[in-house]
Amino acid sequence: MATGELNPNHYQAQRAAKVVQHYLNTRNGSPFRLFRLSRVHSGNLEDLVDSGRKYQLEITVKESISNTTEKLSASVLFPREERQGSAQVQASCDELLKVNITAQEEAFYQQYKNSQNLVSAQYLPDSHGRIDDDMRPFWHLSIVASSFVMLKESNENTLYNMAQVANVTQLATENDQLKFDGHILLHDMVSQEIIHWKLQFTWSPPEGVKVLQMEQLPHCHHCEKPQNSN
Amino acid sequence: MFFSRDQVIRVNAETEDQLQLLQALEAREEWEVDFWLDPVSTDLPIDIRVPYDSQTAVMEYLNANSIRYSVLISDLQELLDEEKVEMQKNQMKERMTKSFNFGAYHRLETIYSWMDTLVAQYPNLISKQEIGKSYENRPMYVLKFSTGGNKRPAIWIDTGIHSREWVSQATGVWTANKIATDYGTDSSLTSLLNNMDIYMLLLANPDGYAFTHTNDRMWRKTRSMNPGYSCRGVDPNRNWDAGFGGPGASRYPCSDSYHGPSAHSEIEVKNVVNLIKSHGNFKSFISVHAYSQLLMYPYGYSCRNVPHQPELDAVGTAAVQKLTSLYGTRYKVGSICNIIYQASGGSIDWSYNLGIKYSFAFELRDTGRYGFVLPANQIIPTASETWLALKHIMEYVADHPY
Repeated sequence: MATGELNPNHYQAQRAAKVVQHYLNTRNGSPFRLFRLSRVHSGNLEDLVDSGRKYQLEITVKESISNTTEKLSASVLFPREERQGSAQVQASCDELLKVNITAQEEAFYQQYKNSQNLVSAQYLPDSHGRIDDDMRPFWHLSIVASSFVMLKESNENTLYNMAQVANVTQLATENDQLKFDGHILLHDMVSQEIIHWKLQFTWSPPEGVKVLQMEQLPHCHHCEKPQNSN
Repeated sequence: MFFSRDQVIRVNAETEDQLQLLQALEAREEWEVDFWLDPVSTDLPIDIRVPYDSQTAVMEYLNANSIRYSVLISDLQELLDEEKVEMQKNQMKERMTKSFNFGAYHRLETIYSWMDTLVAQYPNLISKQEIGKSYENRPMYVLKFSTGGNKRPAIWIDTGIHSREWVSQATGVWTANKIATDYGTDSSLTSLLNNMDIYMLLLANPDGYAFTHTNDRMWRKTRSMNPGYSCRGVDPNRNWDAGFGGPGASRYPCSDSYHGPSAHSEIEVKNVVNLIKSHGNFKSFISVHAYSQLLMYPYGYSCRNVPHQPELDAVGTAAVQKLTSLYGTRYKVGSICNIIYQASGGSIDWSYNLGIKYSFAFELRDTGRYGFVLPANQIIPTASETWLALKHIMEYVADHPY
């Protein structure tokens, strides 16, 4: 694959830039803050003999909920060998972090922290793209948790988005963290596969999202169950 | 009132005397004539409803005074009855097409019956053709938009070949309706359809679409059985005879990009191939997918430029500018191989190699936030902006015959 200056619209730079999105979500994502790659302005690829292939990018990232954008520089290093781990990203979006979400986070946290009724939801969004307003923060949380998986699984031959939350179930609060079990569907644009993952994750305003367990599920081809489509 | 066999006649008074005689006619109460246009001057026509029972007397009166007339309506009741039937039919059709919610996702059966109401409402423009059956024996219907001629140069549009891409089928439905309603009022579309035909295959993968409603919202492929495997289906956009079996397609039946046992093995693909080849006069082939917000041209199976790359890129870029102008939605333009990935066996590669120069593939909204489960309230905005791009491409094709 060609090194040097990349066409920002072509897939090489786009795939690397998507990894930055996943990285930013793992670091700073929350029920009220979600990053999306908006544009790639430029990209450059270096082949580093020992470490791997390094992408230098100028991108614009959008915070989905406040609809604000920020232009930033980022680098993504894909290791040469799998044993060297997943992609290494360097990026920060200080401007977007200034959007104040403290009040919403605190209110949400308090609402569900000592809850007698633990929340459980299926198919977010549903088949028609609908999602109840009070379920949106759980959808966002699931996207953030998925970002840990997507970051870990990403390489130069993948392009991940979370396709749908099959199921998210709140567990009892532990160590002041809201805790959840999630079954999420990831979509890899390159292989076009839908990949099922089970995650256990926690969240609190000071700690952010942490993933305790992640496990890929085999997709059982002859046991698809009907969704609540209508 | 009952107007059976009443006539409406038109009189032209040539002199003042005649005008006065016609004014006097109104005074003859026993004749019960009813002036639709009053006798005011010799310059203007005078229309009179003459009840059946008075006709002989009134005609005698006019003839005796050399007042000339012609019959506008020979039986008023008949006309009223016809009008009533016509209005009821129109109201029903309008109710059916008006009540169809374009801003919602519909099941296969609903789309199929809506297609019939569309054809019934525009019988002089649209016809429905069965091009074959799907693997599970569902009919595959193409809507043909034509104002006549014999195998006029034609434009092909297919939606929904990958069943989980619901906004594609929904955009197809809206677009078919748009073409139907805008013909006759939109000058460039009208001019286009006066010279070319448009063929639309709204559900290119009906079995897959049904399956996304009943079992698995994320189903992409056909539903054909793969001998020896529990996994069903072939990726219908890896099954075309263009670099078939090459990179970017899987040979594993359980894969979502499985190319199938051989090119055109899928009946859904074969039906289209047969139609396009036997017609022989298609000038453009457009396939609509979701998601990613892209407008692409060949090749997918190879990253080398096609001979018409500069032209296709220019057309695509201009089309996307029009799309963006509506809501600011950004699209990228390029060849499949460069923009998303190398993928062999794709439909627009096949159509391009067949000689259909203006071959394009759309990937509609969004860029991954909702992905396949795009909220229904985005259907009409998506279809509306896409229409601007489609129209640009179609107008370009019409302006550049080859």
